[in-house]
Amino acid sequence: MSSENDAEQDPGQAPALELDCRGQRCPLPIIRLANAIGDVAVGEVLAVMATDVAARADVPAWCRMRGHDYLGEAIAGDGVPAYRVRRRH
Amino acid sequence: MTGPIAVGPGAYLDSASSEPLHPAARDVLLAAVDQGYADPRRLHRDARSARLLLDNAREATAESLGTRPDEVTFTASGTHATHSGLLGLLEGRRRVSRRLLYSAVEHSAVLHAAAWDGDRGGSAEAVPVTPTARVDLDALERLLAAGSTAAVALQSANHEVATLQPVAEAAELAAAHDTPLFVDACASAGRVPLPAGWSVAAASAHKWGGPAGVGLLLVRKGARWRPPFPVDDRADPRATGFENVPAALAAAAALQAVVAERQEVGRRQHALVDHVRARVAAEVPDVDVVGDPVDRLPHLVTFSFLYVDGEALVTELDRRGHAVASGSACTASTLAPSHVLEAMGALTHGNVRVSLGRDTTAAQVDALLDDLPGVVADVRSRAGIR
Repeated sequence: MSSENDAEQDPGQAPALELDCRGQRCPLPIIRLANAIGDVAVGEVLAVMATDVAARADVPAWCRMRGHDYLGEAIAGDGVPAYRVRRRH
Repeated sequence: MTGPIAVGPGAYLDSASSEPLHPAARDVLLAAVDQGYADPRRLHRDARSARLLLDNAREATAESLGTRPDEVTFTASGTHATHSGLLGLLEGRRRVSRRLLYSAVEHSAVLHAAAWDGDRGGSAEAVPVTPTARVDLDALERLLAAGSTAAVALQSANHEVATLQPVAEAAELAAAHDTPLFVDACASAGRVPLPAGWSVAAASAHKWGGPAGVGLLLVRKGARWRPPFPVDDRADPRATGFENVPAALAAAAALQAVVAERQEVGRRQHALVDHVRARVAAEVPDVDVVGDPVDRLPHLVTFSFLYVDGEALVTELDRRGHAVASGSACTASTLAPSHVLEAMGALTHGNVRVSLGRDTTAAQVDALLDDLPGVVADVRSRAGIR
């Protein structure tokens, strides 16, 4: 957690929006991601907190198919994975 | 979307799960049921009759696959052949190494065998694959160089996405480290020639149009295979229990017939799958058509639709008469997504696997393709995609 981190660089960029998809089964977290990506500005980061293991494969696959950046996985306070996406367009 | 829907010109498009019994197998099965009841190991006339049928089955199978008859054993299933074949190869190597390398896209039977061996002191490492599910040979070479290896497990072709594996190349890499290769040929046996380089291989009759309940365990002459499970006092430790002689003969008859017609059937299926791949990609937005488009099994194709619940999709297609499979989590008993799609980096939800039978027609395939865009759009709009 260095304060030297450049805010432009991943994976340090703080999410502008967090989607709580705990307990939801795929494809629901991906549907919510698609519906919410327009709510962050281009270049901003959106984090999807999901307990469904399919999200680990499907968030990066969605990014590849829709042309956004997948920044990787962080862990939320309760241990749930937060999949980080940067809007590209 | 309520009320009955007339079943249209749909079809059974799930031959990769199980191919309907080949007509050549049906006749043989019915005849053999009356002649092959006795224990082939007894010394009386009825036993000799059963023995003759079993030997015929073994010879016909060996000829169809290009192996020796004494390399062929009939097991109770493809899964049993895989478990026994792989674990027996590891057993034969246990004084050299307890380490197994397997491709990340192997059938779950291989993964479970690896876990079973792991519970008994073995170790296993997955070899990564490319985005088309082809095993990464450079990674395999690095892993082989990193330590002594008991065996490498590599499928002949992937059962979910059809990609053919570079088995001969992998076998050469393994041989350079004096390591034997186990080949799970369940997805491809009969449809394409058995690749070279295996020490032990497994196949499953109901995948090529033989009856269910017949697996093939192939152990290369000279390969060091040892029984991994308890045996019995019958003659052959590879074939514990009583073979299903009529079914084995029917499986062999189906295999011979499938091999004889595979050039023509395979060419037709390959072209039909090309047609499916092209139409799905062109007519449905946001679809991931996965697997190698060229270097693949002839009859099988998989694609995943964004925002679609795989169970809803398969159910809706079934209502229209199209029987297809899915590798999505919601359709699996484990509720886990397909490890194959995951290892490739493919989309795992909204997945459909279409596999053609030997007499699947272009009209049946087009009937599915005509229905698909509307069904996907409908499932998506019900899911609330904006």
